[in-house]
Amino acid sequence: MIRSEILKEIAPILRDELVVCNIGIPSQELHAIDDQPTNFYMLGTMGLASSIGFGLALAQDKLVISIDGDGSVLTNLGTLPTIGNNMPSNYILMIIDNGSYGSTGDQPTYAGMRTDLAAMAKAAGCENVIEVQDVDTGAKLQEVIDSGKGTVMVVKCDSGNAKMPVITMDPVVIRDRFMKAVAS
Amino acid sequence: MSIDTKIVDDLVANDVSFVTTVPCKQLAGVIEEVEARDEIFHIPSNKEDEGMGLCAGAWMGGKRPAIIMQNTAIGVTINTLATLTQYYRMPLPMIISYRGELREPVACQVEMAVHTKALLNQMHIPTYHFHKESDADELDAILKYTFMCNKPVAILTDASFWGGYGDQ
Ligand SMILES: Cc1ncc(C[n+]2csc(CCOP(=O)(O)OP(=O)(O)O)c2C)c(N)n1
Ligand SMILES: [Mg+2]
Repeated sequence: MIRSEILKEIAPILRDELVVCNIGIPSQELHAIDDQPTNFYMLGTMGLASSIGFGLALAQDKLVISIDGDGSVLTNLGTLPTIGNNMPSNYILMIIDNGSYGSTGDQPTYAGMRTDLAAMAKAAGCENVIEVQDVDTGAKLQEVIDSGKGTVMVVKCDSGNAKMPVITMDPVVIRDRFMKAVAS
Repeated sequence: MSIDTKIVDDLVANDVSFVTTVPCKQLAGVIEEVEARDEIFHIPSNKEDEGMGLCAGAWMGGKRPAIIMQNTAIGVTINTLATLTQYYRMPLPMIISYRGELREPVACQVEMAVHTKALLNQMHIPTYHFHKESDADELDAILKYTFMCNKPVAILTDASFWGGYGDQ
């Protein structure tokens, strides 16, 4: 499965949760599949989806799911120790690990080679870390939500992108409606 | 009252309750004070752009954030300031040690000091420079201004402000 197929499958689960979504095609796909005020789309700032979602989870009680990418986590590796040492129960970091920089043309990342992101998350101090195969993502995500435990999920899937339009919504509109959803 | 206590008192009085830090020798006292306060959740970050991501999330979650960092970090955070903090219009007080100014013992610090104000100016970031201890009287107003206009705002604190470098 590719990222967009996974997002389609988990959209009904994500729908009710606060989601911070990675820059580029991941956000375009989520936006096209099921746009929700509870989605915060990153339009830039590669690497910070995990940090933004984590700050949000620490600041309030609702569950927050960051949908990140392997390349983006690799560019902000300092995020893993910060998460590992401060993990609250209301945070899920879902790393869609397609082994590539999908948005920029599927160039391979080191995560698709010898580097093991789940092992890195564990070494960084994250307690609940699971590696999941693409086909199992929906069931596993629901299990993790039901467990009520802060968790890092590394979802192994194929490289590839669906053709979706760019997001033209103004960033302040994205942020404002998201904040209203957070506060509601 | 120590200057560290005064700075953190102003943060607390302005309801700043989420603070991320990356240390600088000059900021050691203020970081210790942040850590000691019950009103503030202190979360050290590993890199300042990561810290700004945490602050963005915390603000959307209803908490007033601040970052405490060294001026060298301006070189690390330009992209984040432009495409996250400014693009989504979010407030962020940045309490910054201004290394590489008068009394600096470490030559390399001067290399970023000469770019610091130029970069902040280029980014259209409101910038305040604390040189004498009494300059900190304005901190309360600067914090109110930051959360009024939803912008990143820089507070540069140089060596003279901190009373030099102690034994160096
Ligand atoms: C600082 C910076 N460098 C490079 C880019 C270009 N860029 C945008 S998205 C992306 C790929 C992200 O890959 P990943 O996080 O694995 O997500 P995927 O698209 O594969 O799901 C890159 C390299 C950027 N936006 N910012
Ligand atoms: Mg990828």
